[in-house]
Amino acid sequence: MTKKTNIPTNRKLHSPDKAEGFQVQRSFPQLVLLLLCATLIFSCHRKESAYNKNVLPNQAIKDTLKSTEYAVEAPPLTEGIFPCSDCHSELEPNPERRTLDWHEEITGIFDHDSENRWCLDCHDLENRDSLRLASGKLLNFKESYKLCGQCHGEKLRDWKVGVHGKRTGEWNGEKEYLLCVHCHNPHAPKFESLTPEPPPVRQEDIQ
Amino acid sequence: MKANKSRRSFLKNISFATASALALSSCELKSLDKFFQKNFRTLSKKEIDQMIKELEEDYQTKYGKEFHVSAKPATDQTLFGYALDISRCIGCRRCVYACVEENNQSRDPQIHWIQVLQMEKEKGVDFAHSDVHYNPEKVPEEGHFYLPVQCQQCRNPQCTTVCPVKATWQEPDGIVVVDYNWCIGCRYCMAACPYGARHFNWAEPNVPADKINTETHYLGNRPRLKGVVEKCTFCIQRVREGRYPACVEVCPVGARKFGNLLDPESEIRYILENKRVLVLKQELNTQPKFYYFFGV
Ligand code: HEC
Ligand code: HEC
Ligand code: HEC
Ligand code: HEC
Repeated sequence: MTKKTNIPTNRKLHSPDKAEGFQVQRSFPQLVLLLLCATLIFSCHRKESAYNKNVLPNQAIKDTLKSTEYAVEAPPLTEGIFPCSDCHSELEPNPERRTLDWHEEITGIFDHDSENRWCLDCHDLENRDSLRLASGKLLNFKESYKLCGQCHGEKLRDWKVGVHGKRTGEWNGEKEYLLCVHCHNPHAPKFESLTPEPPPVRQEDIQ
Repeated sequence: MKANKSRRSFLKNISFATASALALSSCELKSLDKFFQKNFRTLSKKEIDQMIKELEEDYQTKYGKEFHVSAKPATDQTLFGYALDISRCIGCRRCVYACVEENNQSRDPQIHWIQVLQMEKEKGVDFAHSDVHYNPEKVPEEGHFYLPVQCQQCRNPQCTTVCPVKATWQEPDGIVVVDYNWCIGCRYCMAACPYGARHFNWAEPNVPADKINTETHYLGNRPRLKGVVEKCTFCIQRVREGRYPACVEVCPVGARKFGNLLDPESEIRYILENKRVLVLKQELNTQPKFYYFFGV
């Protein structure tokens, strides 16, 4: 049932010893079947929405595609810092790149292509309670992944399908996504090293 | 519970007369029942319910807490698979201890279902030169990568075929399980497993009552006895309820992925179809459902 394809890639991590080969496991009959089903379902949906458009022209067609929205855990903002406008509504917006005499905990560690980047590449000058895309579109902090995705498109794609980052909840149902900023400080995104938990005791019968 | 030990000695000693005399003389009637208990797979629904009830009572007596022992069977159209991103794992061992707590592994003597092997990037996957006892201030360490190993849930498991009493088998959803009431402790399965993923209770397992997880499955994390073999079950008590295994949820780098291999929308299928994937000791044809991949 299972067909294996050996892909001769990544020799660096892999030992030269032929013992373990890289292997992609796919079941082709299954794939074909699934593809068929998918096409069938897709065309049915298309028909249905066309029907909705023609027959119920005035009714808003609700997009029920789950995959376009992500249930995320609350952004890990410092307590009390939000809304930013508590302070910023009193402050004169200043687009100038300069040394700030505030937000030391950020300017002190700022290391994200810092030479070419300024706070206002990501934060909005006028509306400090929002993030800002390069297009000028404002973003809720809950959607910061879209901001990151502007420059890290491949990572965003993997995140959406659950490969990069982490989802919790049900493997077969509702999932909650960790935002990029739960793991990467947006101002210094390198993943920090961790203290390991203790090693196993020596006398254990492990091989 | 004591009855199981008698049955075990029975099977070891072969001599029918001696053993049954021994068993008969040392058992009251209820235990005698257990002595002749049928294999889990051949029990009727009613018999299972009865056995579960007795186990729950036994555990409650032992730990002073209410227990739930599930016997939930596999769901149709489900084949569990696991994928671990070697390019992400930093060797922090959070998974090792989350597993111990979830699955009631003995604390002393210590049993770990997950072993995290530190390897050198230069040498690649090389078990002979791996280190399980690494203990630096911070991980990851320069020039190293980490390979957590646990039961590989083989499609073609060697461990189950060598079991003389069929106390271990592969479930329809692909999870290889052990019936601790049936295991005679001969450890053939441990010798047969090429991944060192099975562990033996040499002594009475010890889990403090305030640490015991009372949400259990008959084929998974229910309290074990001295003299039985145990191993990772993909957290059968969680995954059959739709949840992720404990190691998946705890991993701080998100290196651990889990799902249904038969569901084309699952992350596990995405990984198999889009990433570079390998299995350990492929040449042995054990066909693990535990994959390693490169996320980058
Ligand atoms: C790469 C985009 C990016 C850049 C550049 C950036 N930020 Fe941020 N910043 C973010 C994101 C995203 C968050 C939200 C984090 C969260 O949700 O917890 C944030 C959060 C903050 C916060 C709240 C932090 C907290 O304690 O919770 C402050 C204050 C802030 N940024 C200030 C700045 C300043 C000042 C600069 C310039 C030195 C800057 N940011 C540069 C993306 C950026
Ligand atoms: C306690 C008051 C306070 C809060 C709350 C606050 N800021 Fe500020 N922030 C300041 C001050 C003061 C400055 C100006 C410092 C300077 O000019 O040197 C500043 C400057 C900035 C700048 C630099 C650009 C500019 O406008 O001068 C950014 C970006 C910024 N803040 C983002 C945020 C964000 C995002 C939040 C909310 C998550 C936030 N701040 C919350 C006080 C605050
Ligand atoms: C405007 C473009 C831009 C945006 C927006 C952006 N990044 Fe980056 N990011 C970069 C660049 C450029 C680098 C490479 C920096 C370097 O190598 O010093 C980088 C590097 C990184 C790295 C690797 C850091 C390391 O040292 O290993 C991470 C992680 C990262 N970004 C995460 C994020 C996250 C999370 C967000 C959203 C909050 C984000 N980025 C938003 C441009 C961006
Ligand atoms: C569960 C935690 C987690 C989440 C959530 C997460 N990342 Fe990462 N990310 C990591 C880890 C761990 C690394 C590896 C870092 C290292 O090796 O130093 C990484 C690496 C990266 C890198 C560096 C390139 C690479 O592949 O090593 C980028 C860029 C990045 N992440 C962007 C993102 C973006 C964008 C998001 C959200 C869409 C995101 N990450 C969400 C944990 C996370």
